[in-house]
Amino acid sequence: MEFHRRGTSTCIFPEMPVVVAAASVVGPREGEGPLGRLFDMVYNDTLFQETSWEKAETRMLRQALDLALAKAGIDQTQVDFLLAGDLLNQIISSSYMAREYDIPYVGLYGACATMAEGLALGSLLVGGRFARYVAVASSSHHDTAERQYRYPTEFGYQRVPTSQWTATAAGAVIIAAKGAGPRVEAVTVGRVQDYGVIDPNDMGSAMAPAFADTVWRHLQDMSRKPDDYDLILSGDLGKIGVGISHRLLLQKGIDIESRHQDSGLLLYEMKPEIGAGASGCGCIASVFTAKFWPDLMAGKIKRMLLVATGALHSPTSCQQGESIPSIAHAVALVSETA
Amino acid sequence: MTKACIREREAYSRLSEDYRPKRPIVRNIILAFVVGGLICVVGQFFLDYLVSRKLAPTQAQAMTSSIMVFLGAFLTGIGVYDKLGRLAGMGAALPITGFANSVVSPAMEFKREGFVLGVSAKMFQVAGPVIVYGSLVSVLVSILRLYIFK
Repeated sequence: MEFHRRGTSTCIFPEMPVVVAAASVVGPREGEGPLGRLFDMVYNDTLFQETSWEKAETRMLRQALDLALAKAGIDQTQVDFLLAGDLLNQIISSSYMAREYDIPYVGLYGACATMAEGLALGSLLVGGRFARYVAVASSSHHDTAERQYRYPTEFGYQRVPTSQWTATAAGAVIIAAKGAGPRVEAVTVGRVQDYGVIDPNDMGSAMAPAFADTVWRHLQDMSRKPDDYDLILSGDLGKIGVGISHRLLLQKGIDIESRHQDSGLLLYEMKPEIGAGASGCGCIASVFTAKFWPDLMAGKIKRMLLVATGALHSPTSCQQGESIPSIAHAVALVSETA
Repeated sequence: MTKACIREREAYSRLSEDYRPKRPIVRNIILAFVVGGLICVVGQFFLDYLVSRKLAPTQAQAMTSSIMVFLGAFLTGIGVYDKLGRLAGMGAALPITGFANSVVSPAMEFKREGFVLGVSAKMFQVAGPVIVYGSLVSVLVSILRLYIFK
């Protein structure tokens, strides 16, 4: 039996799955950011007419999925799997979203790497002919994350410059066996890395080694150079993580600086309270679906590598003095015209 | 091997240190001084006013604390105090208004989880350690005063 694998960690597709639709829904602050006009839907308050922030996040996720289904021109009965994840305990935003649908559901947790995890698994399901359509969705909400990971939202405390601002955003994509849209060429599933960073307010430092390792493995496995990609898009490394990851990759002789963009640095105007940049599952989910998926559709980007990173800690593990393990998954996408 | 060994971790810690921005300590200290000072000026104003209205000094002090706690709670409720805290750090956290903020903000935040498991259970999430160790230290200091510095 022939396996569709390259190198240590990469899967390739003889029949490439197609990302036929992508949609994004964001909160007010993201709507005012540099990408504001690109999002499919912008709410002007963070409660979205719901009675709690958790419900608001579920609603945002549902809306993103509905928009993606509409763009793909398909009905939910045609979707064979729904893969979704978020940051909340027991991934409630995703599961409560999934109860509104009649689609076989797999809940994912990869922290802020969830969108890439979903894209990778969805592509494998479609590429392996286990599904005709797979829906992938991921979200984060600033206020639900804040109250779970940090302090009550009205508590006055000073943020440190290394901290990141959790985005209120959701993104959804539809992966199909055929159709028009960018193709998934390869996926590289990352390994958990832990370099002993213990500060939960410095996730960029914690995640940079995971990013560097996955990018390095992907390029090795595919025998490629960074220049083979028009864009390497990371999730939420932030200012600090970007700097460190460039240095780590340079140590291995790989220079990605001219090709690399970080979603965490694209979502907001960089004010002091944003800290090192945006973060959260919704960060790369919304930036990719709103900005780069259309660029791939239009052929402005021929080939890109989407690499989302996640910090896999919890408040409990940090309080017990554990360091922060991190993960990064990579998905290589090519435009239809390439 | 994905769990980095101690030597690798140390090397990484040194490498990443170069990229971590320093806290703006001078700016933080100046803001804390100004904002904390202004809060104290407001408190002093109430204290002097109450004393001028012929209230006994101990009563005036208790009344001033109550007024400042109310102000802290009120500013938390209308969504101002978190911004003040973000700006001024300990300048906003240390005065009694900051204590009010630390109790009222979780009480507001967890109202959706109900009055028992939400509001009342979470109310001292932030202030709890202050109360516990504040009480402990006050007992220790009182013992010192009673037996040693009498």
